[in-house]
Parts: sequence; structure tokens; C-alpha cells
Amino acid sequence: MKQEEEVNGKSRRDFIKNAAIATVVTAACGSSICSCSSKKEVISQKIQLLSPDGEIVEIDSAYLNHHETMAVLSQHEQRVGIAGKKFVMVVDLARCKNARKCITACQKHHYRPEDKEWLTVKLLKDSEKGAPYWFPKQCFHCDNPPCVKVCPVDATFKRQDGLVLIDNDRCIGCKFCMAACPYSTRVFNWDEPEISMDIRDLPYNAETGVPAKVGTVEECDFCADRAREGLLPPCVEACPNGVFYFGDENEDTVTNGDETVSFTQLIKDRAGYRFLEELGTKPRVYYLPPKDRQFPVERGYDDLSDTLKQRFKDVMEGEHK
Amino acid sequence: MELNTYQQEAFDYQRSNIEKFGKKNMAWSIFFLVWIIIGGYALYLQIAKGHVVTGMRDNVVWGLFIVNFIFFIGLSYAGAIIAGVLHLLKVPWGKPIVRLAQMMTLISVIVGPIFILLCVGRFDRLHHLFIYPRIQSPMTWDVMAVVTFFAGSVLFLYMALIKDFAVYRDAKLNIPAWKQKLYKILAIGYRGAASQKRHLIISQNLLAIIMIPLSIIVASILSWIFGMTLRPGWHSTIFGPYFVLGALYSGCGVLIVAMWVYRKMYKLENYFTDKHFSYLGYGLMVLGAGYGYFTFSEYFTDWFGSAKWDSEVINKLFSIHEYGGWSLFANVAGILIPILIVAIPATRKPNWITFAAFMMVMALWVKRYLIIVPTLETPALPMQDTRMEFVKYSATWPEWALTFAGIASFLLFFTLMSKLVTVVPVSGLEEVNFPHEPHHHHDTTVATKEEVKPA
Repeated sequence: MKQEEEVNGKSRRDFIKNAAIATVVTAACGSSICSCSSKKEVISQKIQLLSPDGEIVEIDSAYLNHHETMAVLSQHEQRVGIAGKKFVMVVDLARCKNARKCITACQKHHYRPEDKEWLTVKLLKDSEKGAPYWFPKQCFHCDNPPCVKVCPVDATFKRQDGLVLIDNDRCIGCKFCMAACPYSTRVFNWDEPEISMDIRDLPYNAETGVPAKVGTVEECDFCADRAREGLLPPCVEACPNGVFYFGDENEDTVTNGDETVSFTQLIKDRAGYRFLEELGTKPRVYYLPPKDRQFPVERGYDDLSDTLKQRFKDVMEGEHK
Repeated sequence: MELNTYQQEAFDYQRSNIEKFGKKNMAWSIFFLVWIIIGGYALYLQIAKGHVVTGMRDNVVWGLFIVNFIFFIGLSYAGAIIAGVLHLLKVPWGKPIVRLAQMMTLISVIVGPIFILLCVGRFDRLHHLFIYPRIQSPMTWDVMAVVTFFAGSVLFLYMALIKDFAVYRDAKLNIPAWKQKLYKILAIGYRGAASQKRHLIISQNLLAIIMIPLSIIVASILSWIFGMTLRPGWHSTIFGPYFVLGALYSGCGVLIVAMWVYRKMYKLENYFTDKHFSYLGYGLMVLGAGYGYFTFSEYFTDWFGSAKWDSEVINKLFSIHEYGGWSLFANVAGILIPILIVAIPATRKPNWITFAAFMMVMALWVKRYLIIVPTLETPALPMQDTRMEFVKYSATWPEWALTFAGIASFLLFFTLMSKLVTVVPVSGLEEVNFPHEPHHHHDTTVATKEEVKPA
């Protein structure tokens, strides 16, 4: 509410200043998201800015400091999303060996303590005679999200770029979204979270999910902040086996960092499916069945610590789930 | 305020109850207060340390608090339906017990919502429910429902009390000045004039007509908090009526227990007669049969269909290693025993019926636990990649302390209210001649009774 009032109450001067800053930011983002070679041309651009004395000055954008963090993102921008995008992920189950590098990278990127994962790897076994397989799982960013439907205060929302994010300044912590999510994706801050000094004073950004706040819900955010910079989510980059393909459905392109492929072609060729399709939640994460696997399932189990082994023991010993 | 002889007698009989607090009541109240203070400390811990002090974790996100919420709010809806029906059908024997039902309504609509607030991680942001309301959310529906219902039940109880307040005001009771003043304010100048009578009757009728469907709607909305999710054991079309009936059933039980307690405490045998126990007992039996039918339909459908996810919950409910014992208790004590006790003439006696009602109320509390927890312990994906404490829910002492604090405040409210108003309403009370029950008579003649029948 407060923020909205501030926006409305802004003077014309502020508006011009913001417009100028927005231009810089958009230009910078545009260049990096396209990752084309036009960067130099953009930098040599002249940009009009409002000086502290209230005069409009024209300077070369090369002299400007480009901030990498997206802390300036307004509430509105956080809720609308990145124009023209429709993020999608494909997880190749045939390649996953539970290396768990994705988890570490995710935890690091989001400043998360070791045992509070947003990204988890499960060991599934669909039927009695079926073979167990590793199943990495983030938020599915459903197109018909049960969590968003039940939120009483619009703290979790669906963006036009497909992402389901959380405003933890608004969340009242009723946990209805957690009860509604059939995939147990969301986590709750049951106590005061330990927050590293670097991010403690940052304003909350729904695209990074930091800083965490006690009594609120949080979850995987597909690292929209990285997408704005034209980078892949850390889980995708960290995976040694190229399990995760991330991309844009509008461009029909997904990449795992090594190869860039057509999304529809990949789903077609490899019989991609969505987990629990029958629930009608329309996930934005697709799975490629664990056929012709690159690793025996034990490769992800034998080297685990005893505590981790404990998690998967039942399934390894034959119980199907 | 004019009272007829029978009403005057009823008032004189209860006069001392609202004049003096009494040592026994004081002792009780202090006992309840101690529980509430312990609960207050638990609440302080929960606010200071976060919800980590509860047994709730990422999979079982709701626990005892939600169970208590459903339980109390159900009593409230039941009270409104019972009082509304008794009022509208002008059941003569219902007059003495309407007030108890309405008191139960008001008190539990105060205690119930406290528990849902305890579930909320951020107390400091509750106003977000009103400044950022999102109409799609069943939680928002429930906020609207409870607020509306609260307003309705306050009015409903108050309308029924105005005449009595006028009686208390005019009775020259031996009470402190503030209480006299309070009665005067609450009686809002009611003198029993024809127009006043007419307005009051119309308002009461309207409120009764509103409160009955409102209770059904709000009980259904409560069920939809669960029914609208995709979870096994919750996502069921039966949930709305199931919750309505469950609420009515447990409310009927609590009403019987309350009647028994007040009958003992204030020696109200002439007003809460054996017949009242039998009649409410019949209600208990019919509702119990209905509840049993719903329970059976629900379990049988899930079991026979045996879809994987549904079966997991059913298996947990009936496995002796999981919730089998509790399921057995919930269904035997909650359905079979009450039906049998009322059905057999030898046990159709106040003490037995009250025993059945008490067991049934406990069983229905357990039943609510069985609705909430096993479902949350059964997510679609296995709970393997998580810490062990997330797998099974077990309530911690702060949760129990707050639960008992809730029960204590429920009982404390009852104690306090029975010191403000007479438990048996005096204005409008009619003497009822139960067939085959010639005793329990005062010395009023039949003629007097008919002469001054209330409008």
C-alpha cells in the first residue's frame, strides 16, 4: 500500500529521473538477455539524465555505473514479469545420477542454509516391478497453480512470463498454499532464518526470494533475476550431466548450457510428460522419461553420506512409492 | 416488565445465580484462568521463537490449532441452527434450552477463530486479509463467513436477551451499581409496549431465518478450505454436508453436556427435565446415524475405488500401526455408542445420555484430527528428501497448552455468562406438560398459564 502511494505521489521530476534510470536498466538488460554483440553500440549511446541541480544533462552511458543486482525492480515489475517470455524447464531423467550439484548451487545462490532445500532430488519407483530413478524437483510454476488460487492476500502470484512467485512482505503465513500444492514444493520459515550479512539489508525481491523472513512461505523462483541478466539458473549451470534444460516457450528454445534445442522437438522426440498431469495443474516443468539411462541408479546412492542414504533406503530396498 | 407466575417463579429461582458469583464459581474461574495464563506463555513462546515451537512442519503444515478451530466453530454453527429451529418451530419445550444453545454459539465463535489466528505465521500482518483480500481464496470466503456469522450470532443472542435484561433491570436485584447500569443499557429501554414486542418478535424471527442457512453456508465454507485442495481425504464433494452434519452433531452433544452441568450446578431439574435429555438424545441418535452414514460413504468410496493416493490415506486410517486405534475410537465412541445408549430404553436416562454425548464430543474432536493430519502426512511425492521431523506430526506442549487454554476460555466464558444472564430464559418461558410425565410441576394452575400466554 505504502509503496503504491509513493508511486502515485511522485513528482514530475522524479518521474523524469526514473525514466532515465529505467532506460539505462532496460538497455543493459536488453543487451545481456539477447547476448548479442551489440553491447558496444549501446554503451556509446548518449543518455539524458537529471542532475542533482535539477538540470537535464546528456552523458555517455559508458560513464554510468551498471548495477548488476536487480534491487531496483519495483513491486509492479516483480509481479508482472519479463515481457514476452514464457519460461519453461525440461528435466532429463535419463541423465540424473543424484550428483546433487544442483541443490548446492541453488542453496548458494539463494543464501539458503544447507538443510532447507528449494530444489530436492527424490528417488521414485512407480510400480512394484518398475526401476527406481532419480527425480529432481523444483517448483513446477503451474499454469493453473493451486497455491495461487488459495492465497487469501495475493502474496503468491502468477506472472505473465509463467513464473509463480511470492511476495514475502505480504505473506501472512497461513500456509494454505503449502496445503494446496500437491507437489510439496513450498517451504516455511518456522523460525528466524539465518541471513548472511550481504543480503540482510536488501529490500525483498520476489525474483531472488531473498532475504527470507520468519513466518512466511518461500519456494523455487526459477531464478528470474538471472534470466533478466541473460543467465541460466544455477541449478542448470551446476549440473554436470546436463539434466536441466531451461528456456522460453515463446522462442521454442531450451538449453542446458551445452546444447540448445527446440523445446517442442525435444518433448516430441523424448516423449516428454508432466508429473501428475491428471491433477490439471498444468506444470511448466516437463520430464523426459528415464529411458536409456546414462548411469545406473546406484551411482547416486553408493557415495552418499549415511544420513542421505537413510532418505532413499526404502526405495532402494524395493519399496515402491 | 410483567412476568406471569410461572416466569416469575423461574426468575426468583435463578435470582441468586446472577446476584452472587459464588465460591465454587470463583474457584473454577481461577482454575480456568491458570490454564489460560499457561496458554498465554505458550503463545508468547510461539511469537518470540516462531512456529518452530509447534509440531507443525513443511509437510504437516496444520495441526491441533486447525483441529480446534473446526471443533469450536462447528459448535457455534450447531448452536445457531438448534436455537434457530427451536425458535421458528415454536417448540414449547425448547424455550428453556434456547439460551444455552445461543451462548454456545457466541462463545465458540469467539474461541474458534482464535485458533486459526494461532496458525498464522505473521500476526502482525492480519490486516492484509482486509487490505489485500483475494476473493478467489476459500480462506477469504471463510474470513467473510466467520465475520458475518459472528455479527449474526451476537445479534441473535442479544435479541433473545433484551426482554430478560429488562426483567433484571426492574427486579431490584442485589447487585453492584455497574451491573445494574449494564442491565439498564442492555435493556435499551424495553418496557414491553406493544410496538416494542412486535419489533422484537419480527427481528428475532428474521434473525432465526437468516442464521439457519447462514450456519449451513459457513460450515460448508469451512469444509471447502480442505475440500478445494487436491489432497486425498479432503478433495471430496461430500465435505460440505459432512461438515454441516458433523458440526450439528457435536453441537448437540455439547448442549447435552452443558445442560447436565447446569442442571447439577444450579439445580435446574424443573427446567432441564429428563424429557429434554431424551429429546436431545433422539436428536443425537438421528444425527449420529447421519454422521455414520457420511463417514461410511466417504471411506467406502475411497476404499472401493482404491486410487493410489486415496488408498494411502485409507490404509493409514485403518492400519493399527498408524491411526487404526483412533479411527476405531472415533467411530465407536462417536457413532455406535451414542446411538445404542439412546436407542435402549434402559439407558435413555440423563446421566447415560450425557455420558454418550461427552464421549461423542471427544470422538468428534479426534475425528477432526483424523481428517487433518493423516491427509497432510500423505503427500503425492514421498517425503524422503526432507528432515525426519517433517514426516510425522506430533503436537508439542505449546500446542497442547494453547488447546487447553482454548477449552478453559470456553468454559470460563460460560461461567461468566451464566453470572450475567439466567441460564434458563425467564421472559417468554412457558410451562410444558410433557405427556406421561406428571412430576416436575410448580404450583401454577393451568388457568394462570393460559391466561397470560406471551404474544
